[in-house]
Amino acid sequence: MAVRIAVCVKQVPDPDTPTSAFKVDGATNRVVPAPGTPPVVNGFDLNATEAALRVKDAALRPFDPDPVPRIPLPRNRVGTQDNAGGDDVRVTILAVGDSFVTDVIKKPLSMGADELVLVEDESLADLDAAATARVLSKAIRHQGPFDLILCGRQASDWDQAQVPLGIAEMLGLPCLTLARRVEVVDGTVRVERALTGGYQVVEAPLPAVVTVSNELGEARYPTLRGIMAATRKSPTKLSVSDLGLSADDLVPSLKLERLFVPELELSCELIEGDNDVDAGRRLALRLREESLI
Amino acid sequence: MTRVLLVGETENGSLSEITGELVAASAKATAPGAEVSVVLLGRDVSTAVERARVLGVSRVYSIEHASLDGGGTGGFDAPVAALTALCKEIEPRVILFGRTDFGANVGPRLAFRLDAAFAQDCIDLALDAGSGRIAVTRPVHGGNALAVLRFGDRDPQIVSIRPKVFEPVQPSTEPAEVVIFDASGAMTDLKARLIETVGEERVGIRLEEAEVVVGGGRGLGGSEPFEKLRALAQALNGAVGASRAACDAGWIDHSHQIGLTGKSISPRLYITFGISGASQHMAGCSGAKSIVAINKDADANIFKEARFGVIGDWEKVCSGFLATVQELTGG
Repeated sequence: MAVRIAVCVKQVPDPDTPTSAFKVDGATNRVVPAPGTPPVVNGFDLNATEAALRVKDAALRPFDPDPVPRIPLPRNRVGTQDNAGGDDVRVTILAVGDSFVTDVIKKPLSMGADELVLVEDESLADLDAAATARVLSKAIRHQGPFDLILCGRQASDWDQAQVPLGIAEMLGLPCLTLARRVEVVDGTVRVERALTGGYQVVEAPLPAVVTVSNELGEARYPTLRGIMAATRKSPTKLSVSDLGLSADDLVPSLKLERLFVPELELSCELIEGDNDVDAGRRLALRLREESLI
Repeated sequence: MTRVLLVGETENGSLSEITGELVAASAKATAPGAEVSVVLLGRDVSTAVERARVLGVSRVYSIEHASLDGGGTGGFDAPVAALTALCKEIEPRVILFGRTDFGANVGPRLAFRLDAAFAQDCIDLALDAGSGRIAVTRPVHGGNALAVLRFGDRDPQIVSIRPKVFEPVQPSTEPAEVVIFDASGAMTDLKARLIETVGEERVGIRLEEAEVVVGGGRGLGGSEPFEKLRALAQALNGAVGASRAACDAGWIDHSHQIGLTGKSISPRLYITFGISGASQHMAGCSGAKSIVAINKDADANIFKEARFGVIGDWEKVCSGFLATVQELTGG
């Protein structure tokens, strides 16, 4: 069965930026990019890309407990040069933003995704979750049909965990969240949902939206071949008007009144001793005094 | 009269703590005299309804249906459908969820269905009495910044509240009236299906539930040092956590990872060894009541967020600390 997968990804400030380098411009309520720290693709979105590529791998190599030499699949069945395997599964990366760094946003391509679609427009700078979901669902319709839409479970900047649910609602699709394993079988997606102290097995008919959590496992590193293939691929670019959207569709549903770095009220009480071992001893006594241990 | 709807939760039939927290939070989102109701959903919520009645609210809606078993887990299609039906009938102006697995999934979907705005994971609420609009405060960028956002003109205003931020209210004596809401007409076209729930038993105390957490980071330098942390955690009846750097290095399993891409903890005491305190990590321990930092780098960010600190070699500090803890606890 041919399966088309869309993976929605977001370019975000590197969450490993040292706290000291994190600055907000109070006049515009925007984060000032840390000098020398390029943005990254949101980590959970790379997990989602990995999940898509695993579906593709599974189509190429069905589980076989007693493997025998197999006749290689014919190449280029769907006409894509780098689609050396998993021809029946095609992975499209979709991203929405005001300004992409090409090398950054191409990372999912270098991991092995087939194509990249960018909705890039200055008017998309301060999009909130609802508007982002609106733009992405239009883009999914425009580029579709897709059988499976994968998203990271949340973005590391605004942390809303809202866009995938919005896409599902706008497209009238089921949404399975927090996947640590994603399988596509006979027109159904089956997911292991990561929970505290266990997991749930849930399934839904395709098409469906699935959000992927880090429990799925590390995203694969791009291979040299993958990086070269990504260099040769040009992203498909869409504008807001291509999607039939107007400025009214992009207005945030909540008004950002203030974005600020909080002053920490706590001041750290430093414990000293004759040496480090003694400092450890005094720390324990101090914590006991405070009834903390 | 302003109608406020609090979407309470149950666990194995009994009322979850978050419900009382929502009642506390609602005081900040409503003018005095507002009508506050709680709704509970499940296969059988009778026990929880009795508990919710004495939380000082005016009404408790009970929605029972087989598809809502366990809160309607799986795809959450059933609770979204049931709540949409209820909201269309009672037209609340404000709806509060907990930012739990349930609320974080159901809240946004309900908002999209009602064409309403939604604010996730809020730690504070403020009502503008004149306009009736709520402003919420929520941590963003891994806790590096706080955002204050105000709802526009459209009702309902839907918010999810971070658990353990508000003190749950104490039960009052006057029981609220109970209204049975029949949502069976809405229970059609439920696409997601729960096949099974699998518990994975772990030895020791669960990280997310531990009162004391002992964490190790890059500064530990290997997997062996985590044995010392385990000994300390055992002495304190706590659990062992780690930074992403330590997990990525393979020193400890990723199931111990605390942070944005790991687990969120909210212990009474979090003792960190060799953790620098990158925002990625701090995002996962913002719920910790007291943080203790042991690090040789006096400039490490962790000291800015810690209540107590020792600047020194983690191993030596740890040995003095562990020995004294064992003396104190008679271990």
